[in-house]
Amino acid sequence: MNLFSIAWKSVKQRRLASMLTALSVALGVMLMVVVIVISGAVDSVFNQRTIAYDLIVGAKGSDLQLVLSSVFRIQPPIANLPLMYLQQLKDDPRIETAIPLAFGDFTKPEDGAFPIVGTTNEYFLNEYTPGKMYEVENQPGTRQLNGHYDAVIGSQVAYENKWRVGDKFSIVHGSADSETMHDELFEVVSVLRQTGTPNDRSVFLNLEAVYTLEGHQKPVDEVEARLKDFYGNDNKRLQSALMQLEQLRVKRQKGQEIGDTQMGYGMDTPDAMKEITAVYVKTRSSFDAVRFQSELKNTSKAVAVNPIRPIQRLMTNIVGNIQKALIALTGMIIIVSGISIFVSIYNSMSDRKREIGIMRALGARRSSVFSIVLAESAVLCIGGGLMGWLMGHGLAVAFSPVVSARTGLLLDPWFISPYEFVLFPILLMLGALVGFLPALTAYRTNVADALNG
Amino acid sequence: MSLILDNIKKYYREPNGNRLPVLGIERYELKQGEQAALVGSSGGGKTTLLNVISGILVPDSGKVIVDGRDIAALHEVSRDRFRAAKIGFVFQTFNLLPAFTALENVLLGMSFSGRGVDRSFAISLLERVGLGGRLDHLPGRMSVGEQQRVSVARAMANKPSLLLADEPTANVDPANQDLILNLIKDTCEEHNVTLLMVTHAMEVANTFERIDRLADFNKPELALNEVSA
Repeated sequence: MNLFSIAWKSVKQRRLASMLTALSVALGVMLMVVVIVISGAVDSVFNQRTIAYDLIVGAKGSDLQLVLSSVFRIQPPIANLPLMYLQQLKDDPRIETAIPLAFGDFTKPEDGAFPIVGTTNEYFLNEYTPGKMYEVENQPGTRQLNGHYDAVIGSQVAYENKWRVGDKFSIVHGSADSETMHDELFEVVSVLRQTGTPNDRSVFLNLEAVYTLEGHQKPVDEVEARLKDFYGNDNKRLQSALMQLEQLRVKRQKGQEIGDTQMGYGMDTPDAMKEITAVYVKTRSSFDAVRFQSELKNTSKAVAVNPIRPIQRLMTNIVGNIQKALIALTGMIIIVSGISIFVSIYNSMSDRKREIGIMRALGARRSSVFSIVLAESAVLCIGGGLMGWLMGHGLAVAFSPVVSARTGLLLDPWFISPYEFVLFPILLMLGALVGFLPALTAYRTNVADALNG
Repeated sequence: MSLILDNIKKYYREPNGNRLPVLGIERYELKQGEQAALVGSSGGGKTTLLNVISGILVPDSGKVIVDGRDIAALHEVSRDRFRAAKIGFVFQTFNLLPAFTALENVLLGMSFSGRGVDRSFAISLLERVGLGGRLDHLPGRMSVGEQQRVSVARAMANKPSLLLADEPTANVDPANQDLILNLIKDTCEEHNVTLLMVTHAMEVANTFERIDRLADFNKPELALNEVSA
């Protein structure tokens, strides 16, 4: 029978009080574990694993906004780039893949106001995160974005709207709360399996279809001004674009003359009139990425952004601090629990004075009874902590499917944070700290008085 | 000799700061294996004497020699270890730990001796006191007689050379009184353990061949003289 088993006996003797105090520690630790698991999921959404591309090319402006809008789809786009610029990127020998994105529309508010992304099938043929390819739900009629009004939807869009292949929906123009609805109906042709990325809450349309939507075409003069601004001194490309615009003007004039109001609108719109919001770029090497990025910075109206850096800044400056604040808060809860252990043990000391006296009379040294009380406090802290750790991860196991389905966050219930590695040593220290005073009381117990009392 | 008290003086300090003499013993001896009843009036210093002999209290002067060692001269840690190894204690109120089973209470007695725990010896002790079938019973589920028998087994757990018993039958019903008394005496005899039993009941004291009256050899005024000097 060692000191630890004697301490354990004492804990068992005051079963209810011990359980309540251990439970208070357990709840604190459970909250901490849940915060850590959720933080881990948020981290994984906002770190480099989210996207398998080297650069995001978009209009000049805020780097962060470009990444948040094009990767996370939680910010409005900055401005557009000419579609013709995409070909320029594809022709660049340093670039392996360039995938266009056009966004800014949403599903209807009652359909969840999910962001609409115009793109090409190439989008789905590339990894969405390093080493992971898109997979689609095995539903009858599944196909690629072949038709003009085909739509591929993310898992969360499908879950929330209960949409399946073959279902049809319409979208709103401009912003999630816009009342301008597009008349066109889109048909779901594929449902993506969950990726744990913003793709889960996105709707993908055929890029060409986006151009034909009502309200997406800008006046020719405005486009001309934008092209001139974008290309600047690049006369060769500018002239090619302006020539297309001139041909369009002629076509529309002719249409007016013969009473064909659709001529020059819709499917036969020239590329010069088309715009994209961003381009996902994979370069042949990281050196190419850096070189291309710095070259663009000096010579173009476009900008290439490494998708990791702005997010890392955001994580460090805001999200990371919020996580730390939450962990600090749960840490405070654990400290309060520690105080409750102190109160519980300290209050029990007067009842246990005789017990301590008996042990001392049987030959227990002062240091032994001191250690027994300290061990008791440690048992409550560590036991409560272990219980809370299991409860926290158990909660994550139980609720991760629901959380994932509802929020798109892929929770890893057994994600172990570095914070958890220091949790138990901290709990042990807390146990020693809160047990010290009661242990000292035991240490100082006068045996003769305790036995006679 | 198993126990020698030599020129023991002990006083308590009263709340007003005055010293209250309790023990003043010039010489008291018990041979190894001897059994004696110590009789005295209430408040006469019997319990203080047992605490001094066991090393729970240290006399203000004098020697307490148990099994050849002056425990009054030992450091507290050594005194504790010596007490665990050499002195058994049977209390009036049994003083069993309520969360520990009969067997665990006996094992607890062994835990502090530094010699390790001998489970089979603990079981044999409980069997000897007639509780072989109640090893896993908590004190709360045992009669007072049974509890006191557990405390006897616990006192013998470390094979002590001296057993101190403080009114061990005072809280036991008359039917169990003789049983407990004989158990203590027989067990001590079997293991050649010196027994000093404090009692105020003459019918208990009369069962001993040697009866010592505390008042006969304790002269607290000696301690007072010491204080005055």
